[in-house]
Amino acid sequence: MNRDLRKERDSASFSPELLTHVLDGGAERTRRRREIEALALNDPDLQHEDLNFLSRSQRYETAIRKSAMMVMKLREYGIADPDEIYWFKSSVHRGRPEPLDLHLGMFLPTLLTQATLEQQNRFFMPAWNLEIIGTYAQTEMGHGTHLRGLETTATYDPATQEFILNSPTVTSTKWWPGGLGKTSNHAIVLAQLYTQGQCKGLHAFIVPIRQLGTHEPLPGITVGDIGPKFGYDEMDNGFLKMDNFRIPRENMLMKYAQVEPDGTYVKPLSDKLTYGTMVFIRSFIVGDSARSLCKACTIAIRYSSVRHQSELKPGEPEPQILDYQTQQYKLFPLLATAYAFHFVGAYMKKTYHRITGDINQGDLSELPELHALSAGLKAFTTWTANAGIEECRMACGGHGYSCCSGLPDIYVTFTPSCTYEGENTVMMLQTARFLVKSYTQVNSGQLVSGMVSYLNDLSRQHIQPQQVAARHTAMLISDPASLVEVYKLRASRLVEAAAKNFQAELNHRKSQEDAWNRTSVDLVRASEAHCHYVVVKLFTAQLSEISDAAVNAVVSNLCLLYALYGISKHAGDFLQAGILTDTQVTQVYQRVKELLVAIRPNAVALVDAFDFHDNHLGSVLGRYDGNIYENMFEWAKKSPLNKTEVHESFHKHLKPMQAKL
Amino acid sequence: MDQWNRRGNFGSSVGGDVNPDLRAERRTASFNVEKLTAILDGGADNTSTRRTVEAVIRGDPVFSRENQYFQSQNERYEAAVRKAVHLKEKMNQMGWTENGPEHQYCYRALAGDIAFNVHRVFKSSILALGTDEQITEWIPLADKHYIIGTYAQTELGHGTFLRGLETTATFDISTQEFILNTPKISAMKWWPGDLGRSATHAVVFAQLYIKGKCYGLHPFILQIRSLRDHSPAPGVTVGDIGPKMNFEHIDNGYLMLQNVTVPRENMLSRFSQVLPDGTYMKQGSDKINYLTMIMSRVGMLSSEVIPILLQACTIAIRYSVVRRQSKLNPRDPEAKILDYQTQQQKLLPLLATAYALHFMVAYMNKFYNKGYTEIKQGNFDSLPELHALTSGQKAFATDCCTAGVEVCLRACGGHGYSALSALPFLYTKVMASCIYEGENTVLFLQTARLLRNAAAKLQALVQSGTAEYEAWNKCTVQLLQAAKAHSHYIVVKNFIETVEELRNEAEIQKIVKHLCDLYALHGIFSNMGDFLHDGYTSGDQMDMVTASYLDLLAVIRNDAVPLVDAFDFSDESLNSALGSYDGHVYQRLYKWAQKFPANQQVSQAYENYLKPLFQSALSKL
Repeated sequence: MNRDLRKERDSASFSPELLTHVLDGGAERTRRRREIEALALNDPDLQHEDLNFLSRSQRYETAIRKSAMMVMKLREYGIADPDEIYWFKSSVHRGRPEPLDLHLGMFLPTLLTQATLEQQNRFFMPAWNLEIIGTYAQTEMGHGTHLRGLETTATYDPATQEFILNSPTVTSTKWWPGGLGKTSNHAIVLAQLYTQGQCKGLHAFIVPIRQLGTHEPLPGITVGDIGPKFGYDEMDNGFLKMDNFRIPRENMLMKYAQVEPDGTYVKPLSDKLTYGTMVFIRSFIVGDSARSLCKACTIAIRYSSVRHQSELKPGEPEPQILDYQTQQYKLFPLLATAYAFHFVGAYMKKTYHRITGDINQGDLSELPELHALSAGLKAFTTWTANAGIEECRMACGGHGYSCCSGLPDIYVTFTPSCTYEGENTVMMLQTARFLVKSYTQVNSGQLVSGMVSYLNDLSRQHIQPQQVAARHTAMLISDPASLVEVYKLRASRLVEAAAKNFQAELNHRKSQEDAWNRTSVDLVRASEAHCHYVVVKLFTAQLSEISDAAVNAVVSNLCLLYALYGISKHAGDFLQAGILTDTQVTQVYQRVKELLVAIRPNAVALVDAFDFHDNHLGSVLGRYDGNIYENMFEWAKKSPLNKTEVHESFHKHLKPMQAKL
Repeated sequence: MDQWNRRGNFGSSVGGDVNPDLRAERRTASFNVEKLTAILDGGADNTSTRRTVEAVIRGDPVFSRENQYFQSQNERYEAAVRKAVHLKEKMNQMGWTENGPEHQYCYRALAGDIAFNVHRVFKSSILALGTDEQITEWIPLADKHYIIGTYAQTELGHGTFLRGLETTATFDISTQEFILNTPKISAMKWWPGDLGRSATHAVVFAQLYIKGKCYGLHPFILQIRSLRDHSPAPGVTVGDIGPKMNFEHIDNGYLMLQNVTVPRENMLSRFSQVLPDGTYMKQGSDKINYLTMIMSRVGMLSSEVIPILLQACTIAIRYSVVRRQSKLNPRDPEAKILDYQTQQQKLLPLLATAYALHFMVAYMNKFYNKGYTEIKQGNFDSLPELHALTSGQKAFATDCCTAGVEVCLRACGGHGYSALSALPFLYTKVMASCIYEGENTVLFLQTARLLRNAAAKLQALVQSGTAEYEAWNKCTVQLLQAAKAHSHYIVVKNFIETVEELRNEAEIQKIVKHLCDLYALHGIFSNMGDFLHDGYTSGDQMDMVTASYLDLLAVIRNDAVPLVDAFDFSDESLNSALGSYDGHVYQRLYKWAQKFPANQQVSQAYENYLKPLFQSALSKL
């Protein structure tokens, strides 16, 4: 092992293994995770060449080969728990997308939740056995997050008892669904249902798209790959165009809404139920933000302790770049953020499971808040993690830009999450809608509960609007609980300001929509402040759960850094609202710098605790043993351009040119 | 599908048939776009030269970028070499010179997608660092491309910190040669462009040793490949460093040297010389070296970095008036996404930034040319300021452009992630600029060193007995912020001065002033804490800033498309399905996706992998 890394590990003040248990949710879960990961990582059937050197087409083929193998092996090993499947899958695919993602993650679950028993009998077992490979075709070229705008039509023909599917415009072409381009032979297609001359809105239909056996597109179907993207090379995101394509009436998913043989439409009972799936996926994305940022931090921090550059003290050897304050200032707040998001992700998952129980018993009361919160946190964490991964990459200097660092891959795999499953700005505005609604409730004398209950205090604060001085002294700079209060005040002020501005616009303008649009910058700010408060609060709450004193001490420092760094970056909000004084802000700046020094000796142990196998990181710079330079050279030798000592373009272009001149 | 095709030629730039939403935007422009283009180009003559060059490039199929997004690294590299060779012939044919204005416009038209860019650096380093005899010997060979050069400075273990480089050049008096060595793996040259597969020669930087004493870093000309069969020279190990986030067309390389000898005359000796007996002599001032660095920073900003932000704004803003999503008013059709305040807040401050930085670099060019003349006459007075200005602006502008292009990418929703939008290409390209030609954090700190007033705290610490180097490291976060703030101030100041100079063009001055105000207010709005903290601005003033800022968004919204049209990028140089002049976004996306090779042939993946594996899966279940 590299000497610097060994020294870093020897001098840690706590046991990373204990912290790993905290992150996994117990020692037993750590053990089981490692066991399952090893099954995949050590399996000779699942090995292959470094993907960085393969073409897109080769990457797709490698991925599909592994996906098929994975499905087989999961069944062979009897792995069925969702967490365990996830561990296995991310070890097989090393955190990259794969062509069966939509089949396993959307097609099968949608059959389970939205298909009738008869439909499940027809489709589920063939799909489970991969005779049917499906995708979920919702997004169109012209419409994404705004679902009502989708243009694909399914018109019911009572004469033949069929639906006629059409893509009436170029913009109605289904565009982006994963696995659609080359892999799937079926799709769940979302289309506007027309029956008896009326549009009944968006419904889901099971549509065969390719011939079983030959895999050729069926007549009336145009299907293909949408071409190269920013990452996602393994995934055949596709397009689908349907031209008077007919499917039997029984292929509409009819567990809730139904079309009877004569064309009579039967409405579903509640539309809130679909919230559940969305909440689940968004909570999962919050966890994904954490994982991606944890990986990036691991690479950047290990590399920064191996890399030596320049001099701090004249005449002394070059220091580790992690000893520079500017490098610490780039990386440690991100490390703290990675921990914060990990705990938030775990909280969201737990809450989702708790509420699912309530929902099954018919209690939907907590769903709206959780729905709003998951939208905002999805946006908040993906934005932050996205920027953080880039910061990590740039903190690795030139080598971060090489694919051997693994960071380009982590970035391109993660960054689409700012857009998919709900575009982030739209998500923030959804949260804002809930916040403004809650504010209005409070104003009309009702109490609100849950994460927004701080709004109940607003009316009390208004009695003494000028006496903010009393609150200043209340901030204890080393007490996370006190910082939670400060964030709470900021959130309530910004929600109030946005709500009032919205009201003012409403008084001046014609429509709700216009007023909402004219306030949307304020509204997004309010949502961000709310989410930031929630993250600080949940991180702080986590501290009391950590029993080991040494681990607790180091995680507490991270929590403080997360909270104080956030204040320093948004000092304007705190100053403008009179929540903090100039002096307090100066103290915050100072304390942030002190915390950098305090965290520095434990930085490597803190990323070791994430417990990523080298294969998961896929990074030469982030190797556990720190032997980076020799391995960069070994890696480069495999570059496709190095296949021959003299490249063919010398003979083709260079030599003829020299001859001509 | 036929009704989608009737618009015909998707490649052409300005067709009569334009998407009606875009046409409507252009009809209501408050100013004359052509006039603004001429101002941005620095005169109508330049605009006309540029367009002539673009037409020549467009008319030549060798320069086509049509299939760029579908090519492998190998194909991209080969295409870049082919284009570079062809461009040389083309320029000869047209009578364009390498230092003439046409060359720079060729580069813009080709979006930099050609090989041998480092060959120019090779030449300019010989011109700057070589003696007259060395210049006479090497430059004609390089001009004729008998040799292809690279500039090998950065190593695996060291980048911006030059003194730490580890390659050695030991002088052997008995043979009158330098012996060059890579003593350890971290000393391997790593990253130089054109090195991996193309270059025959390199200017290599190495620590000079004479009789056991180290004299620091010096440049040596080294032949690395045979001129006959291109095979590596004895003792030379050379190759490509493997895939990167972008620049697939460039063969960034590694170079390892084992006892490679070069004659004494191959050390570039304008400023220091080794005599036959091993005596080391310094001569003249090497301050002029700084000038090379300053020149390359100004050059990269004006030809590489800032145009990318301009292009990204063009794409994102045109797309945002073609894309309609959701409703602002229940009775209206779906709204253009540029009508949403949140979309305006993402894109319009960037548009203002694009103008601000464009004017900034125009100013830097002027300042540089003035300084260059003075320095050539032996007057070095302007050098420190020029150096601080270019360091700070390089870091500031590359940061802004990198962050800005990513915002543009994400502002285009899902389609921004498609390679066909061109935004992934632009983003991964511009982000590299934060590192090369000096890592940004280091450059900001160089600027900070020259900002005395920012270092008040530093002084206090030094006075209290802390050693200066320690004090410096303890304050670097603050110094960095000071340097950023300083650079930001310079950009705002220059923008205001530029607006004043436009007094003869009332309409243009009005809209550019709006952009300037937006740029300044957005800067305050986004750095609110800084302004409130020192008491420069009160909370009430901040409310006014926010209100005026939001009002300006709505004003600039109306001219957003004409303002990007004025950048006058051809469709070929944008190479974007989302950003073309005619706005036929969806048709182009569909057309271009069809060209993807996987859609043109029967996929073997199903037969080879899916079918057999699923069948074997089935038999086991």
